Amino acid sequence: MKKLTVLSFLIVLLASGLHFTKNLLQHTSGTAEPDIFHLYNWGDYIDPELLSRFEKETGYQVIYETFDSNEAMYTKVEQGGTGYDLVIPSEYMIARMIKEDLVLPLDHEKINGFENIDGAFMDLSFDRGNQYSIPYFWGTLGIAYNENMVKDAPMTWEDLFDSEYRNSILMIDGAREVLGIGLQATGHSLNSKDRNELDAAADKLTDLAPNIKALVADEIKMYMIQEEAGLAVTYSGEAADMIWENEDIHYILPEEGSNLWFDNMVIPYTVKNKEAAYAFINFMLVPEVAAQNADYIGYSTPNKAAMAYFAEETIEDEQFYPDQSTLEKLEVYEDLGQEFIGLYNDLFLKFKTLK
Amino acid sequence: MDKQRKLLSAPYYLWMGLFVVVPVLLMLFQSFRDMDGSFTFLNLKGYFTSPVYLYMTGQSFLYAFLITAMTLFISYPAAYFLTKTKHKQLWLLVLILPTWINILLKAYAFIGILSQSGLVNQLLGVMGVGPQPLLFTRSSFLIVATYIEIPFMLLPLFNALDGIEGSLILASRDLGANEWQTFRSVVYPLSLSGVRSGIQAVFIPSLSLFMLTRLIAGNRVMTLGTAIEQHFLVTKNWGMGSVMGIVLIVIVFVVMGLTRKHQRGGIG
Repeated sequence: MKKLTVLSFLIVLLASGLHFTKNLLQHTSGTAEPDIFHLYNWGDYIDPELLSRFEKETGYQVIYETFDSNEAMYTKVEQGGTGYDLVIPSEYMIARMIKEDLVLPLDHEKINGFENIDGAFMDLSFDRGNQYSIPYFWGTLGIAYNENMVKDAPMTWEDLFDSEYRNSILMIDGAREVLGIGLQATGHSLNSKDRNELDAAADKLTDLAPNIKALVADEIKMYMIQEEAGLAVTYSGEAADMIWENEDIHYILPEEGSNLWFDNMVIPYTVKNKEAAYAFINFMLVPEVAAQNADYIGYSTPNKAAMAYFAEETIEDEQFYPDQSTLEKLEVYEDLGQEFIGLYNDLFLKFKTLK
Repeated sequence: MDKQRKLLSAPYYLWMGLFVVVPVLLMLFQSFRDMDGSFTFLNLKGYFTSPVYLYMTGQSFLYAFLITAMTLFISYPAAYFLTKTKHKQLWLLVLILPTWINILLKAYAFIGILSQSGLVNQLLGVMGVGPQPLLFTRSSFLIVATYIEIPFMLLPLFNALDGIEGSLILASRDLGANEWQTFRSVVYPLSLSGVRSGIQAVFIPSLSLFMLTRLIAGNRVMTLGTAIEQHFLVTKNWGMGSVMGIVLIVIVFVVMGLTRKHQRGGIG
């Protein structure tokens, strides 16, 4: 019985200790201290040098936290208790967060440098009039290939179906990306909600299955650099990294069109330090800063004025900064609604089992 | 004394209730709910009428079976000879050592070994055979999964075999049985309990191996784990994901039932 008393005492002690730690943690992450700025961003998605420069110029202390998927970010912001001042999600998630009142409208009076942003990246369907979001980076989905490992360079999605590429394509493991290839190769929209079109696209994709070496995610970059495969369907920024490491790799945007995506800065409802959030937005809109960041990360900047700071070859690189006529063929993912997200994913699963 | 025993077992029942029974009940409850949260049989119907889901269930079962068969085939002789070595505890430790390493690290190590420029292909190159595509094949998936599961088969087998009284074997030899007869009529029946727990320890986790299916097999092996992940993370159709989870639990119960001890006997 004595042991039991000691044990119970220990448990009470432990519980109160945990309670105390919890309070302490909440205290450090929850309270608004005027000079702290909480940034919640994708991993490795800002030049760390710029963060220290921002701290030096503005006097704010940056606390940088990272996420690895829009969904993970959404869950954490929605549940609250976090105190993030600025978040950088992708366009379809921004549309959802606007709908659910998780982001605050921006005061355009407080933002300097709006005019630096290319008009093509403003006033888009997910946030008309940029009431809630400011573009940070944008990019495309395309084909990366190694010139030494393929006989003919692919130009279109249709080319990927060629038997020449049997068992040599690394495909990104995503339902919308893969279904999108089928849809665009059959001349339909990436956001199709027509069952016949979707069935036709899935049918079309059965011919692609023998050419696919593997369906993988982040590892694509490593495999392409190590020349494990000759081709890959991947995002532009990933391709930029591959090209940086292996000069034989090239990146093309298929002629049929492709996906165009945006990551924009938004102020979530958890904001504690609005002034710092605006200061950060303004800092990132400075052309020279945007240029340095794009150079470091490899994705494309929406900041037109930043182009002046780039080397000639970067701007002329049509695959990363495509001309107007190519841009017009690119489509942004729209929120499909539960029913069609389910259908896209079921068709994708079926495609995966063809292997 | 009896009261004390009850008190001492309380944490165990609390743990089992909170982390085993309640989650399973929640999953069962979830599997009868549609996306709006109302009661439905549609998830169940959707699962049993989908050729894709049924195919994936079959694949899960098939690969778990193959992995278990291969680990058993390798581990039984290994455990048997291990019990006969001089420093058996040391050798056992060496063979168990890989479990101290995180499974992801092991998978990435295998990527390095099996890739086009990896160790195996370099070796093949020296032997005059050109580089072979080894990564993203079903056989490499089986090899890696077997490698990872071997310690979990080896340990119960070793314990069962090591627990067999030496006097029983001596008696068998005294009565005129040769080594093979001794093994068949004495050692093998007494080791069956180890075989059973080994099969359970390997088959059950193998059913839901899903990270390896992408990392090593490049999604060429499609098991239910992949579909469950998709339903919980992407489509948010928790009902459908739960149905698949329940299916896996049912398969586990079937395997437990088949490998249950039918009569008294055996050690371990």
